[in-house]
Amino acid sequence: MVNGEIILKAKGLKKYFGIRRSISEVLARKPPRYVKAVDGIDFDIRVGEVFCLVGESGCGKTTTGRMIARLLPPTEGSLLYKPTRETLNKIPPGYADKDGYVDLSRKLPKKLDKLLRQEIQIVFQDPFGSLNPRMTVYNILKEPLIVHNIGSTESERREIIYRALTEVKLTPPEQFFERYPHMLSGGQRQRVAIARAMILRPTLVVADEPVSMLDVSIRAEILQLMLDMQKGRNLSYVFITHDLAVANYLCSRIAVMYLGKIVEIGPTDLVINNPMHPYTKALIAAVPEPDPKNRFKIREVPIKGEVPSAANIPPGCRFHPRCPYAMDVCRREEPPMIEVEPGHYVACWLHSKH
Amino acid sequence: MALLEVKDLKTYYYTLSGIVKAVDNVSFSLEKGEVLGIAGESGCGKSTLAWSLLKLVPPPGRIAGGKILVKDNDLTKMSDDEVRSKIRWKTISMIFQGAMNSLHPMYNVGEQLVEALRYHSSGEFDEEAALNKAAELLEDVGLSKDMLRRYPHELSGGQKQRVVIAMSLMADPEIVIADEPTTALDVIVQAQILNLFKKLRKEKDLSMIFITHDLSVIAEVSDKVAIMYAGKIVEYGTSEQVFLNPLHPYTQGLLKSIPKIRSKEKIEWIPGVPPGLANPPPGCRFHPRCPYAMDVCRREEPPMIEVEPGHYVACWLHSKR
Ligand SMILES: Nc1ncnc2c1ncn2[C@@H]1O[C@H](COP(=O)(O)OP(=O)(O)OP(=O)(O)O)[C@@H](O)[C@H]1O
Ligand SMILES: Nc1ncnc2c1ncn2[C@@H]1O[C@H](COP(=O)(O)OP(=O)(O)OP(=O)(O)O)[C@@H](O)[C@H]1O
Ligand code: SF4
Ligand code: SF4
Ligand SMILES: [Mg+2]
Ligand SMILES: [Mg+2]
Repeated sequence: MVNGEIILKAKGLKKYFGIRRSISEVLARKPPRYVKAVDGIDFDIRVGEVFCLVGESGCGKTTTGRMIARLLPPTEGSLLYKPTRETLNKIPPGYADKDGYVDLSRKLPKKLDKLLRQEIQIVFQDPFGSLNPRMTVYNILKEPLIVHNIGSTESERREIIYRALTEVKLTPPEQFFERYPHMLSGGQRQRVAIARAMILRPTLVVADEPVSMLDVSIRAEILQLMLDMQKGRNLSYVFITHDLAVANYLCSRIAVMYLGKIVEIGPTDLVINNPMHPYTKALIAAVPEPDPKNRFKIREVPIKGEVPSAANIPPGCRFHPRCPYAMDVCRREEPPMIEVEPGHYVACWLHSKH
Repeated sequence: MALLEVKDLKTYYYTLSGIVKAVDNVSFSLEKGEVLGIAGESGCGKSTLAWSLLKLVPPPGRIAGGKILVKDNDLTKMSDDEVRSKIRWKTISMIFQGAMNSLHPMYNVGEQLVEALRYHSSGEFDEEAALNKAAELLEDVGLSKDMLRRYPHELSGGQKQRVVIAMSLMADPEIVIADEPTTALDVIVQAQILNLFKKLRKEKDLSMIFITHDLSVIAEVSDKVAIMYAGKIVEYGTSEQVFLNPLHPYTQGLLKSIPKIRSKEKIEWIPGVPPGLANPPPGCRFHPRCPYAMDVCRREEPPMIEVEPGHYVACWLHSKR
């Protein structure tokens, strides 16, 4: 695949979680209620890019990431993924469209499923919870090799594990082979998690807040490590973060999510320096900066209140109860996503005709 | 004299596997109406320092030396009872790390605000005055009086944090210590809460100690900054001195590791990880991670010296042997 080609297309992607009803609700035949965690989003991810999902807690970032990594089936919509040529050659007819995309939201045959699981990997936020505490680093890294039949002999696998640890700078690797996760620092654990994702040579990696739990002084090294891993590979990232400064540093494109929807999407520089959606503007205005002059001013954050519950989404533009510019149409109709400058899209009635 | 003066404070945890020197020879002062920010990475002793100032260090920890002077009283010499009835809440109050998540689920906001005051009062207690005070404070922190009858599960994260802030103000303290008060909050709510602190400080002429691992948040509120590393303050000065002219290699490294929203300036990191405090490195505790480490750094602890008026640093690069 070549840089710039689209590796993943999400269309109308939704994930609803059912809310348990009380007995009285069931008896009264009230309709089932849902948490609309992801409520119809579209985006493309290109080969070699770092695509960022940003937004406040509960806006649906992790749910989107888990759907991409196929840990959660979508409720609706499609996720078209372009496998590598080698994988495409092994796919039974009928599963890839004429351009070579496979819909990840469909039920796939076992063999294809396994091939795709190798190509799409995920790194979780919590380096303490994501590694099995009873396994050594060596075995944590060997497990995916066994599952995917990589390396025919133990010494071959050992060699692969050795290289994987070297790549994430856990050196000398032998010193880490026999360690258990509790014998590692937070940063070292996150490196092991990254090595485990990378050892299968994936083409798409979902990284869900990979540095949020780490100390500031070691975050930068993990971020740099992830960027270094892209060199010499056709690797794309979906990077999930609530930290806009990190997104600005790392990402080529940013999608801003609010209550299950993407409200603005575009190249990082355009979104950060020329935000169009009132929510994006507020988010950026709220980011603190290490400048001592800031203490003398009140940081104007031009929106009210907090994010409402995803079980109770406001009609029309879901941001309207907090928006300082809300108009009549905003309360009635959902704004469409329109392109305001090349590659920069926003869903807000201020920017489209009604 | 300063409102609060801490001198050579030592707070150690006496664990079975050894002594954890969580706060080791820490000194600073706080003037009336001033905000002091204390920054440092996880485990460097920030919360232990805060607990020490109220004599609330949990066992097996205790204050092992030094002075905490508050208006002519040395807290380290007062009995726990005396501190509880005279100092805690009335002179110094505290917003504990994670406090918003430890509001009692069974009591409403009003009851909890009143209870906080009752616990720290000696003698007679005027229930109604306390409830009025609670209502007034809720408005000060941007909540309506109706909140008095609400239960914690009916509140958002930002609202809970406001309640906790109101609680810390119930007895009109002169000093409020806030330990990571915005850490679990989203960036917009964080900005709202920081604005609230700025407003309260002005209106009530509060002095504050603001503790966080996030240097950007420190810059939003602090007049003075103390940088902690492995149980010690390594640099201390006005915000301008510390942010614009950082002198300690650790402070410099920390500042370079923060990504910024308005520039793509390359960020750097500090190699290695902070040491455990049961067995910190000899000499300068930062030496295993310091790019400038010299022989003396591995042997001898650098003294804290004043390099310009009010700007202190503990590093051999800045002092003569
Ligand atoms: N398994 C589940 N069952 C029910 N609701 C869920 C489930 N998983 C997530 N949700 C809800 O879906 C919404 C989106 O959650 P999600 O974890 O995707 O958000 P997020 O953007 O990753 O937030 P954070 O920044 O806090 O990690 C939230 O309201 C959440 O409570
Ligand atoms: N009860 C205890 N017994 C033994 N050691 C403790 C105890 N409480 C804390 N410590 C140790 O004391 C040191 C300082 O802990 P403290 O909680 O003060 O750090 P902190 O800077 O507030 O960290 P964080 O940013 O994670 O809140 C740590 O090394 C910690 O492991
Ligand atoms: S559509 Fe209306 S309510 Fe929504 S963000 Fe735009 S102006 Fe505000
Ligand atoms: S005393 Fe030495 S090791 Fe410590 S910070 Fe200064 S130069 Fe580095
Ligand atoms: Mg998440
Ligand atoms: Mg703490």
